[in-house]
Amino acid sequence: MSDSLPTAIRAICDQFENDPHRMMDIARAVQHRFNCVSPAAMDIIAAALDVARVEVESFVSFYTFLSEEPTGDIVIRLCNDIVDRFHGGDEVAAAFAQELGIQPGQTTSDLRISLAYTACIGMSDQAPAALVNDVVVTELSTDKARRIVRDLKEHRNPQRLVEKLGDGNNTHPLVQSMVRNCIRREGPVIFAPFESGKALRKALSMSPAEIIRNIKTSRLRGRGGAGFPTGIKWEFTRAAPGRTRYIICNADEGEPGTFKDRVILTERPDLLFEGMTIGGYALGGSEGIVYLRGEYAYLQRFLEEVLHQRRAAGLLGKNIAGKEGFDFDIRIQMGAGAYICGAETALINSCEGRRGDPRNRPPFPAQEGYLGQPTCVNNVETLCCVARIVERGAAFFAQLGTQASTGTKLLSISGDCKQPGVYEVPFGISLREVLQMAGAPCDAAVQVGGPSGDQMVGADAYDRAICYDDLATGGAIVVFAQERDLLEVVDSYMEFFVDESCGYCTPCRVGNVLLKKCIEKVIAGRATPTDIEQMRRLCSTIKSTSRCGLGQTSPNPILTTLKNFPALYERQLAKTDNGLQPGFNLENARSEASRIVGRAPVRQ
Amino acid sequence: MSDTIQFVLDGKAVKGQAGQTIMQAAENAGVYVPRLCAHKDLKPYGACRICTVFVNGRPESACTQPIAEGAIVENDSEKTRQLRRELLEMLFVEGNHFCMFCEKSGHCELQALAYRYGVTAPQFPYLAPQREIDASHPHIFLDRNRCILCARCVRASREIDKKNVFQFVGRGIDKRIGVNSSSGLAASELDAATDRAVDLCPVGAILRRHTAYATPIGQRLYDIDPIGSDLEKTPVGA
Repeated sequence: MSDSLPTAIRAICDQFENDPHRMMDIARAVQHRFNCVSPAAMDIIAAALDVARVEVESFVSFYTFLSEEPTGDIVIRLCNDIVDRFHGGDEVAAAFAQELGIQPGQTTSDLRISLAYTACIGMSDQAPAALVNDVVVTELSTDKARRIVRDLKEHRNPQRLVEKLGDGNNTHPLVQSMVRNCIRREGPVIFAPFESGKALRKALSMSPAEIIRNIKTSRLRGRGGAGFPTGIKWEFTRAAPGRTRYIICNADEGEPGTFKDRVILTERPDLLFEGMTIGGYALGGSEGIVYLRGEYAYLQRFLEEVLHQRRAAGLLGKNIAGKEGFDFDIRIQMGAGAYICGAETALINSCEGRRGDPRNRPPFPAQEGYLGQPTCVNNVETLCCVARIVERGAAFFAQLGTQASTGTKLLSISGDCKQPGVYEVPFGISLREVLQMAGAPCDAAVQVGGPSGDQMVGADAYDRAICYDDLATGGAIVVFAQERDLLEVVDSYMEFFVDESCGYCTPCRVGNVLLKKCIEKVIAGRATPTDIEQMRRLCSTIKSTSRCGLGQTSPNPILTTLKNFPALYERQLAKTDNGLQPGFNLENARSEASRIVGRAPVRQ
Repeated sequence: MSDTIQFVLDGKAVKGQAGQTIMQAAENAGVYVPRLCAHKDLKPYGACRICTVFVNGRPESACTQPIAEGAIVENDSEKTRQLRRELLEMLFVEGNHFCMFCEKSGHCELQALAYRYGVTAPQFPYLAPQREIDASHPHIFLDRNRCILCARCVRASREIDKKNVFQFVGRGIDKRIGVNSSSGLAASELDAATDRAVDLCPVGAILRRHTAYATPIGQRLYDIDPIGSDLEKTPVGA
């Protein structure tokens, strides 16, 4: 029989040395074991870690994949991204709901299976997709959904849902996933062949300052979206005083429509780990962390194995590659379903076992980051670029792309196109060429950079270039054909921001809810020109006053569609011929009042 | 002196000390920067964003942003007043605020700021959330309907009272104040007599029982002078 709750939880806490900084691992382990972190479990964890109980409650309540209430043994999380929904996601959800006899957000009465919605799981090129515990199921149909439920009821083993394996390392014994890489175009930086250890050995023959100089010469900029020059970030971090320094890889790829890091993690983990190890050497640190989003848990054991092999080969651990005194290792920190943790200071908090609230800056992570030490957070792709720059030289890298945007960029292309997938292209390529490669219709609207990117563009922008100074993107390119309703896209993105706001600051927490209401009003045909003006003002207030990048960019889907597709809004504006305010609807006003007082209106 | 920093605040040259925030330096110069989450006895937090100013054209929260040599800071302008009004309105529609019979009326910083900034009726729809009240404690009343999530109680409990009575639970619009006990305030380590966490609440979310309406209307704190006027009247070294 299993241990009692206190014994089992104390054992889990012991396993992580009762260290409050490992709260994430502890909470995940408890959730995994008991399908929840119950109030009783919170008491035990708080006592074992010697922290206030409310701190544990605060932590658990922050992350989508942790719950106070028990879930079923199996949790089906349906991706509710707009790409999934445009590819039959709603019908698939209905099929799951019908076959299970429950709605999303509920658990079957026998406590076996829970059904839930979740934000983009990084499978937009094989949508609709879902997570069944850690197992990814892709290209769902209503038939497939029904079969999944029947199979689960029979064998209760999500792994057995994987009938046909994907390509590449998706077939690895430790992955065994149906996910496909869909690498459509290989370039010279990320997908070119890579010999493990080669870049690292070369780096170790150089001085840390020399490496940083090389990165600066290459003019590499961050691949996550913000585009900060990597060499300068490294230089700041190295120059900051500290006991040690940390390099953290941001593998919390959560921007809807982005999935290129998933493919790097599957096919080029050595390149990434090599880049991190070079970072450890250049920054003067001994520990690196990969913060891996909870949705990519199916890659965890495989990545651990790659790290293990690198240790065995002397590429991690003590005196790496024979370099006396250079000790460095990497651990994987799992996330638990929070888009905000892709913001670097939120990610650091999450690594420390805290809520993923972003921090105030200054101090910047380069000064005071993980555990108060100078910390450098880089995107997966950025660190891969570093390894390649060291291997092949800064000049090789700098001659790719454009003057201000050097190198190549991985694009995750999805939506209404014939060849969705990952493309490695040189910076400066026109959007038109990208869309042609992907087989997109010639009149589609394109969201460049995901909802937080500031570009939802139409065909008149096809000759613009993918680069930091024009159409900037962390990787997402989502194509919407003419027949798609862009207001539905905007509404879905606003719902995403409402769900993912951490709630720390007023404008993001409240403002996004209000923006969502504005868009609903427009869609319902009840908005007036005054409402549009008010919405614009609200967008600007949220952008100006929000504390972090989430709120500073969340109004972008509205603002860019207002700018590039004004007709969308104009044709929705309410008109009346009776002189009454078109925004007013008696039934609606009454229903709101009814909701507030909790009863139906009295009819006379 | 080398650690003196000079910058421009609303067109006037102002001196501050290195390490000061814009809010602190402004206050020493007799300039009020409105705030709800910031409090002189607590570490800067940066949540309410009411103190947003423009530093060389960039929006920053004055309570967390350090002063910088030569910076041009815009604190009181039509642009910032507009932002502040909208933020105040957001807070009003987010919770359930009934000033007309709230015990905190006249002493409430949210209400006082709304008066100062001329917020009459919010333009946004009320969200009318369902929120829990914690009436378990014999001396203290916790009404989440009026909470603005400023974290003053969270920080005061930690930083001043050296306890952990309050902490946030949930995220986004569902974020709320949690209490360090599984059953409510009464079972927490809150000491009603001495804990500053109780008194720093800017609104009527944490109230002492048996003290309501003690001051007649007309004599309440903000009936007399608008919020912030104390800071504007007594510039340091003036």
